Amino acid sequence: MSNGTKFWTWHMAAGVALLFLLGLHMLIMHFGGSVHLFAPHGSEAVSVENSQWRDAHTFFAITYILMLGVGLYHGLYGLRTILLELTLKPAVAKTVTAFLVLVGLGLFGFGSWAAWAAHTIAIAGGKG
Amino acid sequence: MADLHRHDNRLGVWGWLGGGRWGVERYAYILHRVTGLGILLYLLMHTVVTSLRVRGIYLWTDGGFLHQPIFKFGEFLVVAAFAFHAFNGIRLVLVELGFAVGKPIEPVYPYKTSLGVQRPLLIVVMLLAFIFLAVGGYNFLGLAK
Repeated sequence: MSNGTKFWTWHMAAGVALLFLLGLHMLIMHFGGSVHLFAPHGSEAVSVENSQWRDAHTFFAITYILMLGVGLYHGLYGLRTILLELTLKPAVAKTVTAFLVLVGLGLFGFGSWAAWAAHTIAIAGGKG
Repeated sequence: MADLHRHDNRLGVWGWLGGGRWGVERYAYILHRVTGLGILLYLLMHTVVTSLRVRGIYLWTDGGFLHQPIFKFGEFLVVAAFAFHAFNGIRLVLVELGFAVGKPIEPVYPYKTSLGVQRPLLIVVMLLAFIFLAVGGYNFLGLAK
């Protein structure tokens, strides 16, 4: 299997994983009025109290990090595919790839740090 | 498997956006890309905004900068983009893996296209996306509270 085929297969697999992860995320955050999932403090799923309650649970911290990684890979690889369809020169294509990898890793590092920091802060504050 | 040979995109940006006479699936493909780019942009902003909670900043709650009707509407557009992208994505994965395109047949005149076999799948996933969006709209309008 060539690298192109391998990365494309990962892109599809990431899409399927996102379907479940983001589907659950949407259900909790944006359909809270109907489902009332993981939001014990009132009907507003994204209130400070409910956000901190979820942050205090390791399951959510890990899910956020996983979702971020899978989402960034799927999104940025998709963006790369769109850009490379313009038949860029090899050097430009490599630069685009390197730039997107750096952006992805940077955001993943930042977002993961934030998710874990919020988790430890919420635990310390006894929000769980 | 050998690397695929890429053909030059002579049409440039129009090669991305122009569907020509390729049928409704081609336009679904264009919309898939547009919604994907929108969701990616949202993800990048969402990552930064939600990370601010580490500093005790909750921009999306009562009194926060993002707690305005225009952003609520923008959030609904994201849900709409997600609904389309996710359900159309299921169709694309199924088609990519060879499902729902019919069995290979001899090219005997009058020729048949696999698009006719795919069309019911497109209709089903669009219906599911619409139902998802309708439930989302019900929540966004605050009718579920």
